[in-house]
Amino acid sequence: MIEIRDISKSYGSSVVVDNVTAALPKGGITSIIGPNGAGKSTLLSMIARLMPMDRGTVLVDGLDIARTSGDVLAKRLSILRQDNHMTARLTVRDLVAFGRYPYNKGRPTPQDQDHINQALAYLGLEEFAERFLDELSGGQRQRAFVAMVLCQDTDYMLFDEPLNNLDIRHAVSMMKLLRNAARDFGKTVVVVLHDVNFASCYSDHIIVMRDGKLFLQGKPREIIRPETLEDIYGCPFEVHDLGGDLISVYYG
Amino acid sequence: MKFFLPALLITVAMAAISLFVGVSEVSLLAIVSGQADEKMLMVLAASRLPRTLALILAGAGMAVAGTIMQMLSRNRFVEPSTAGTVESASLGMLAVLLLAPGLPVMLKMLVASAFALAGTGLFLAILRKVPLRSPVLVPLIGLMLGGVINACTTFFAYRYDLMQAMGAWTSGDFSTVLRGRYEVLWVACALTVAAYIAADRFTVAGMGEDFSTNLGLNYGRVVALGLVIVSMVTASVVVTAGILPFIGLIVPNLVSMIMGDRLRHTLPWIALTGAALVLVCDIVGRVVNAPYEIPVGSVLGIVGSIFFLNMLLRRRFRAA
Amino acid sequence: MQREASRSSGTVLLVIGVIAVASMVAFMTLGARGSWSFILPFRGVKLFSLVLVAYAIAVSTVLFQTITNNRILTPSIMGFDWLYMLLQTILVFTLGAATTSAIEPRLLFVIEVAAMTGFSLVLYRFLFSGSVRELHLLILIGVVFGTLFRSLAGLLQRLIDPNEFVVLQDRLFASFNTVDSNLLVISTVLIGLTSVAAFKIFHTLDVMALGRETAVSLGVDHRRITMIVLALVTVLVSISTALVGPVTFFGLLVANLAYILMPTAKHRHVLPAAVLVAIICLVGGQTILERLFAFDTALSIVIEFAGGLFFILYLLRGAHR
Repeated sequence: MIEIRDISKSYGSSVVVDNVTAALPKGGITSIIGPNGAGKSTLLSMIARLMPMDRGTVLVDGLDIARTSGDVLAKRLSILRQDNHMTARLTVRDLVAFGRYPYNKGRPTPQDQDHINQALAYLGLEEFAERFLDELSGGQRQRAFVAMVLCQDTDYMLFDEPLNNLDIRHAVSMMKLLRNAARDFGKTVVVVLHDVNFASCYSDHIIVMRDGKLFLQGKPREIIRPETLEDIYGCPFEVHDLGGDLISVYYG
Repeated sequence: MKFFLPALLITVAMAAISLFVGVSEVSLLAIVSGQADEKMLMVLAASRLPRTLALILAGAGMAVAGTIMQMLSRNRFVEPSTAGTVESASLGMLAVLLLAPGLPVMLKMLVASAFALAGTGLFLAILRKVPLRSPVLVPLIGLMLGGVINACTTFFAYRYDLMQAMGAWTSGDFSTVLRGRYEVLWVACALTVAAYIAADRFTVAGMGEDFSTNLGLNYGRVVALGLVIVSMVTASVVVTAGILPFIGLIVPNLVSMIMGDRLRHTLPWIALTGAALVLVCDIVGRVVNAPYEIPVGSVLGIVGSIFFLNMLLRRRFRAA
Repeated sequence: MQREASRSSGTVLLVIGVIAVASMVAFMTLGARGSWSFILPFRGVKLFSLVLVAYAIAVSTVLFQTITNNRILTPSIMGFDWLYMLLQTILVFTLGAATTSAIEPRLLFVIEVAAMTGFSLVLYRFLFSGSVRELHLLILIGVVFGTLFRSLAGLLQRLIDPNEFVVLQDRLFASFNTVDSNLLVISTVLIGLTSVAAFKIFHTLDVMALGRETAVSLGVDHRRITMIVLALVTVLVSISTALVGPVTFFGLLVANLAYILMPTAKHRHVLPAAVLVAIICLVGGQTILERLFAFDTALSIVIEFAGGLFFILYLLRGAHR
């Protein structure tokens, strides 16, 4: 379980994350949704210790992230941010192999090789494995980064808008992959999503941020309702139940 | 890896040529057949061998230093002479000459290293202030910072009549390298080896601070380690032979183009190519206008700026 | 509004004009010892060449910034100075030291200026014809060109027989302390000619300053004017480099000071202001350093230092926007 206690972050006078307390349950997919500037990405970055918080604590399975050494955490929790611009020229295999760095400090064992090959296969990257990242399309590169995070094989995996750069087919297969990782391997996936319908169809738990505050949290059925969504996004919503999936329509 | 052995052999051949090129005759045949006179052996041991070793150590060290800087700044155009490092080391040398000219060379090197560290740190601090990091803005700031530091050095050198001494250590000249005057470069060698041991850390750091943190690496510590290596390598080269511009730009970029940036794999190539490049430039400088010598720094200045321009213009075409 | 701006421009020009004259007087009289009949002509020649240099650098920088439509690029930063030095060295290298010494220095100078104009037009035309859109990339390309020219000149100088080179060095490569007084008359003539040419396109220049697209849509032959101005700039840079050697940042400093001081961007106001500021900095600076602090050769170093700092600050400020 990830426990978030009273964390805040501000830049100058603007408060980006305002005194948020929440508990992210172990297992399954937890989505964080909310309008632009709600503080979703900042919250995620602070949970993953990429960004120092002004106040508060975050506990990952009881470990205070501020006091636990970086390489211990790297075996429990991984994060992929958006906009992963990389100047270093690495092949896909090199990149994925670095997912094992917390375990082997750069000296891969045969077991590590299995992990690497599995991750490559899981994302359908075998044919690109020896290509350099700067020779791939945006979507292929995104999948390579996800493969690296999978290869890191942590209990908690955090993704900031992982569907960016992906077309519909790859976006769906990415969400399926995350769901399988959660179901088959007992991983906990926390994901910031822009698309309410993906959040509705794939999440076990949804957290709503608005104006830096925790606005709501609950099961998809509790959140995906017209009046709630209108409250969150400030525009009219319809919600339809299509074969058990709640699909919202907001095109006016 | 299968090409590494041939490449190594070529570099060794280059080193051998470097041993036997020069004003006073040293012939391989004479040495092997035992007919070498004492003078010949003395030239070899006191001048040629130190010079060749110095070239190899300096070339390998500067190439590796350039690689580390490119990883840490995540910018392809950065190297010690485009980041104020070299100029700061020169200022340090000047400070030593003014304040404590009697210091042993090892201490001189340490003072120059401290200056280089401060200058490079200043450069990285300025970069943090630039929110929109246009890739070409980074070396531009570095070059200008180097110019400003250089103006300080020149000012004091003029004032205290040290222009000539300064000219000697800024020209990148190995003709004055003798036994007893190059040994500080073994420090650069040790640091190059240290860089290889820490190769994976530098690769991860080159992926950015977020990736490093995610993989459990203490980013700040890696940056600090890298800065120390870069500063000390640069300072030891500046102290022995002067400025060797652009090696840290040419070599890492060439190697990266062909085999990428996984440093565990590429650093040996980078070191080897750096050594070979400096050896070739030095041989050219000795042969072209014999019996006069052209400092290897001048040759590198030309080769390097052409390479740099090529990189920039290709970038223009790619953008267009 | 218009009238007010031009009135206050007049005031500013008057003030800096007075300061410029004062610094010239100070340069001539301060610390004079011995007979005036010796000092006046001696210092007079030097003052005259400093003023020529100030004029050449200020005008060339402002014109150059007009056609490139920004305030940070200068001919010196783009390597023009070093191109001149390189051409000079190539000439000596190919003709040989003996031949070069035998040629009338003024004729040699004219040949060099002509070669310089031809080369720079070929070399820089493609850079300024709009093919490089990113300003920082353009500057960096210029800076590296400068390094290349300097390294090539250095290499050639070493290839010339060192003994011959020493003889030539004094004659060919000037600095603030060894101003080449042979060239004063011919420089004055050339400066006069370029000024007349620049004066003829004065109003077009104001239009050019609005940017390429606007200038073209207002019916200006942008390409032709660019080439003319580039040629004028080259001649001016050659003159200042021949007289005192390369000074990388001086133009940048004085042009930007002039932009700050003047309330309008009209060339009619900015150009004289830039020239006066340049005279103040060069003559006044030389007077202070030489007469008050006895720092002989420090002026160009101080300019490099201040100019470099200004350049970095300018880049950082631009990056924030």
